[in-house]
Amino acid sequence: MTSTLLPILDESCRAAGCESRGQARRTAYWRSLDELAETADFKELLAREFPSQLAVWDDPVGRRNFLKLMAASFALAGITGCTREPLETIVPYVRAQPEITPGRPLYFATAMTRGGYALGLLAESHMGRPTKLEGNPDHPASLGATDALAQASILDLYDPDRSQTVIRRSVIETWDHFLTALTTELGPIRERRGEGLRILTERVTSPTLARQLEALLEDLPEANWHQFDPAGFDNAYEGARQAFGRTVETRYDFSRADIIVSLDADFLSTLPASLRYAREFIDGRRVSARPTSMNRLYVIESTPTITGAMADHHLARRPSLIEPAARMLAGQLGLDVGQPSSAAAEDIVPQDWLRALVSDLNAHRGAGLVIAGEGQPPSVHALAHAINQALGNVGSTVIHTVPVMARPRSGRESFANLVSDMHAGRVDTLVMLGGNPVFTAPGMLDFEQALAQVRLRVHLSEYYDETSFLCDWHVPAAHYLESWGDARAYDGTATIMQPLIAPLYGGRTAYELVAALAGKGGQSSYEIVQDYWRGELGEANFGDSWQRAVHDGVIPQTAADTLDVRVTSSFGNERASPDAPPFPDGELEAVFRPDPTIWDGRFANNAWLQELPKPLTKLTWDNAAYLSPATAEQRALANGDVIEITLEGRSIEAPVWTLPGQADGCVSLTLGYGRSKSGRVGTGLGYNAYTLRPNADAWFAHGASIRKTGGHYKLVTTQGHHNMEGRDIVRVHTFEQLQSGAAGQHKHDAEPLPSLYPEYEYTGNAWGMVIDQTACIGCNACVAACQAENNIPTVGKDQVAVGREMQWLRIDRYYHGSPQDPETYFQPMMCLHCEMAPCEVVCPVAATVHDSEGTNNMIYNRCVGTRYCSNNCPYKVRRFNYLQYTDEITPSLKLMRNPDVTVRSRGVMEKCSYCIQRISHARIDAKREMRPIRDGEVITACQQACPTRAIVFGNLNDTAAEVRKLKGSPLNYGVLAELNTQPRTTHLARVTNPHPDLAAPAGDEPKPRDEGNS
Amino acid sequence: MPQIFHPSTNAFAKATIFGAVFILVGISVAAGLFVRSPYITQVDVVRDQPVPFSHDHHAAGLGIDCRYCHTTVETSSFAGMPNTETCMGCHSLIWRNSPLLEPVRASWRNGAPLVWTRVYDLPDYVYFNHSIHVAKGVACENCHGRVDRMPLMRKVVSLHMEWCLDCHRHPENAVGSLADVFKFGRKPVGGATQIDEDKASTAVATTDAQPNLVEKYKIATTQLADCVICHR
Repeated sequence: MTSTLLPILDESCRAAGCESRGQARRTAYWRSLDELAETADFKELLAREFPSQLAVWDDPVGRRNFLKLMAASFALAGITGCTREPLETIVPYVRAQPEITPGRPLYFATAMTRGGYALGLLAESHMGRPTKLEGNPDHPASLGATDALAQASILDLYDPDRSQTVIRRSVIETWDHFLTALTTELGPIRERRGEGLRILTERVTSPTLARQLEALLEDLPEANWHQFDPAGFDNAYEGARQAFGRTVETRYDFSRADIIVSLDADFLSTLPASLRYAREFIDGRRVSARPTSMNRLYVIESTPTITGAMADHHLARRPSLIEPAARMLAGQLGLDVGQPSSAAAEDIVPQDWLRALVSDLNAHRGAGLVIAGEGQPPSVHALAHAINQALGNVGSTVIHTVPVMARPRSGRESFANLVSDMHAGRVDTLVMLGGNPVFTAPGMLDFEQALAQVRLRVHLSEYYDETSFLCDWHVPAAHYLESWGDARAYDGTATIMQPLIAPLYGGRTAYELVAALAGKGGQSSYEIVQDYWRGELGEANFGDSWQRAVHDGVIPQTAADTLDVRVTSSFGNERASPDAPPFPDGELEAVFRPDPTIWDGRFANNAWLQELPKPLTKLTWDNAAYLSPATAEQRALANGDVIEITLEGRSIEAPVWTLPGQADGCVSLTLGYGRSKSGRVGTGLGYNAYTLRPNADAWFAHGASIRKTGGHYKLVTTQGHHNMEGRDIVRVHTFEQLQSGAAGQHKHDAEPLPSLYPEYEYTGNAWGMVIDQTACIGCNACVAACQAENNIPTVGKDQVAVGREMQWLRIDRYYHGSPQDPETYFQPMMCLHCEMAPCEVVCPVAATVHDSEGTNNMIYNRCVGTRYCSNNCPYKVRRFNYLQYTDEITPSLKLMRNPDVTVRSRGVMEKCSYCIQRISHARIDAKREMRPIRDGEVITACQQACPTRAIVFGNLNDTAAEVRKLKGSPLNYGVLAELNTQPRTTHLARVTNPHPDLAAPAGDEPKPRDEGNS
Repeated sequence: MPQIFHPSTNAFAKATIFGAVFILVGISVAAGLFVRSPYITQVDVVRDQPVPFSHDHHAAGLGIDCRYCHTTVETSSFAGMPNTETCMGCHSLIWRNSPLLEPVRASWRNGAPLVWTRVYDLPDYVYFNHSIHVAKGVACENCHGRVDRMPLMRKVVSLHMEWCLDCHRHPENAVGSLADVFKFGRKPVGGATQIDEDKASTAVATTDAQPNLVEKYKIATTQLADCVICHR
């Protein structure tokens, strides 16, 4: 992008309808600032029409040479058909395996942890190889859904860059030698009753590990155990301490909430129960199922999140203004808390906004929900607790329980104390079980320097990473699919994690290492975990109860006990000045957030997640410094300009990305990038925001300054590609319009158009899909699930830059309104399986054809790569293998592939197949039993992963099928149906539920918004 | 400059130009014959196997049912290969010292599996499912031939797509009684061509006593030739 942002704002104002200009193309919905401003770059992109299908022939080869080569290629192409199949072998088992039927997968319950909390999964296993992960429907945090991180974690299992051996100061060693050395080292430590021994773990919810560590500390009372999670939840615990005087875990029941207020809380994606919250939140908005009522979401946030994108009313405010906003809300609800000065108040929350919010909350006492984000300090959490209590929400939408985390002392004290002890030389031996503190510790603590003061450093981790490199002993950790373990979900429910495969690289577990510290070096994780649960489940019938616990993936009656706690009276006065600290001109607030795809950096070597477009920016392979359009304009910064960000004497350089909806006066930085030792995929990408972080639970900091360096960095986004030229692709209605019957009528939805091609008749099944845009939260789980299910390769940053990403499913993100604070809409888009498919008629070799059940098939072995189909596709959903993207060499990756889906090579077109392999399985099973396929028997990968059930697939000829009912909704429409493609996948219009007193934001005509504009 | 070609070579030149059509047709026909030749299809080629297993002896001589060893043929895409334990079920009692069975005993002793060479091998982009074929009355014999007369296993059909489509377009020519799926020597009836008994019989026809088997087994004839039935 070359132009400054001044014309953007000007143009956007016009586009948003601030003034009418006859000759201007009125862009009601826009996807990027470039598009809105119609910059030269963007026009060029449009002129080329389809950048992903640009000619690959950039070599300076003349026409003659080209023709010669083509002639030779054609002549030789025929010969390839005359080869014999290479000889292959069949290797049967030696002993009978009664449970294994070759060709039919088995599913095993297990769990993955993030931030220590469990997400219950079912792992699909093909003859001992785990290939795909699904949610465990019985698990409270999953309810059958998964997130993108869980979907992609299967790639980590097979990652050839994982650490494969014990290493002692860069020399390869063995586990046995490590045990011997450890025993020798522990002798003097035992004599000192553990003095100088420190154990550092990530957040632990595992009951077994907690018991082991407690026992170890009893044995060695002078030793200490610290927990550190760079993206932890310590502010929530600390806030509860302020409010209730004790540590409390708070969970929410969104299914009972009618009015939801988020104070910088991204509850749809970052919490341990986000999948469940998303399901419950969307169930309260699913107008197709419950047309009588709809919940309403108010969001005040600093940096745009997918939660903010779902808001009915959204305020972008820099993070330090959220506490005054919470105080204003509490004050309006009659709580005695300090208020910001009235002069500042109007700038923080507009009066009409606050009035509407308070009236809503008062009208829905007991059915409201105020949630504070982890990015906010404890005081905001305490305020939220007080508001919820005042509104009678506690016990209904808000539930307090005993903490799920083991030993929930404040992580800040604990970790900060550890680091200061290390600096002071009081730590003799440091054993780190997981984590990568050299990378993730806040830069201000100077952990690397502190580590150098420790005599013996031991690190257990999956990768030989930044921390391992500085340690005396590195022990490879087993992946969660390789090892026994246990963990608790957000509500305390315990799950036994069972392995699907023996460790590929000899990985060990924290359980084994702690056992070794306790002098029981030979114990396996299986024995340790089973021993613990033998005590819990009882000796009687233990075999049965263990089997049941492992099989179900949840252990009944292990949920945390609820607590009846009251807010103490003094909490509101803890801070003397309720006003935000002074905000000098030229300074910014720095906001830190975990990255939406690689989280705190632990997924940095996962190519699927690196290439997964970030939900709002659609950036891949990089992080950026996010600025609001106004702030960027003020400082004359454009996308890709490199800036130096300085905070308390530390500085980093990062490229700018202008993000509509970002609050003015703050710069958002995402953690997890800037890895120096991550592996072949993740090393050297992006900048490291941990460097600037003051302490482990500071998610924002005052006093950051930025300076333009003059450099430019190429950021790669999938956003400008696949443009759909200003037509009414996304439709939005308000809940009021829906109820009054005004929704759904549209100028393009006339009677079906005639076609020159003959109609198809479907006597059997006729597959179809409906995508509910009200339910789509843009979380990307479907995209990752599709990638895992369909053996889709990654292409790398350079190829994404020329539009050659391969994901079959993409989530388009559209904006509406002013760039300062626009509405955001997500639209999942993949092959729509058109009834009159433009791709089919242009294929010269009939490699893409209609089948008798209505799906549009891509036959890879027939495809010769003309790309005519893609050229003729109005939705731009076909993907072409320009190069050999699939890694056919790395042996471990071969194990990962879905054996039911062909692996494509160079020169072949591919696209969404409606998971034809799943249809085939169901069809064959049904035909063998001489019955029709039941509704819900075929579930596509995207549908299965979706936390909000936004995707429904089924047989349109089945009158009882859910998909058919949804097709009858007034909200149902086909994207670009005016082209008479007759798409089989249709979309349900987005429905929003704004407060009647505030400006109605939605509708087909662009309307300006009052709030957020200046 | 002396002439390189004698004038008589003009005849060759003319013949080449005017015969171009015939030459091209000839090459095409030759290519067609070549890809269907046993050299390419490997029909009737016996593969080296760790044990010279005789289907003739086990199936015909002893009357062991196909499913005794190929256990998953009715439930899965893959028919299943017997594990060493299945072999040893009998051979720990009979032919205990046969030198031919040493690889089987070694596998049982060491826990190392036997490695068989595939005889019927489809390309990786073709997804064949045994269970649905046997459930709809397509007999083992239809594709594998008279296995009960094969001392050593060999392929009897080309496995070309045209061969698959023959049946998928005209299933009535292949479908027989479900009771006979695992039997051999189903007699062709009616006007069907008498087949070579040693070759596979894609022409095994329904008998007069079993009319409309295709309808009876609910075989979706309109769907069978869809590409995605086999390619996905």
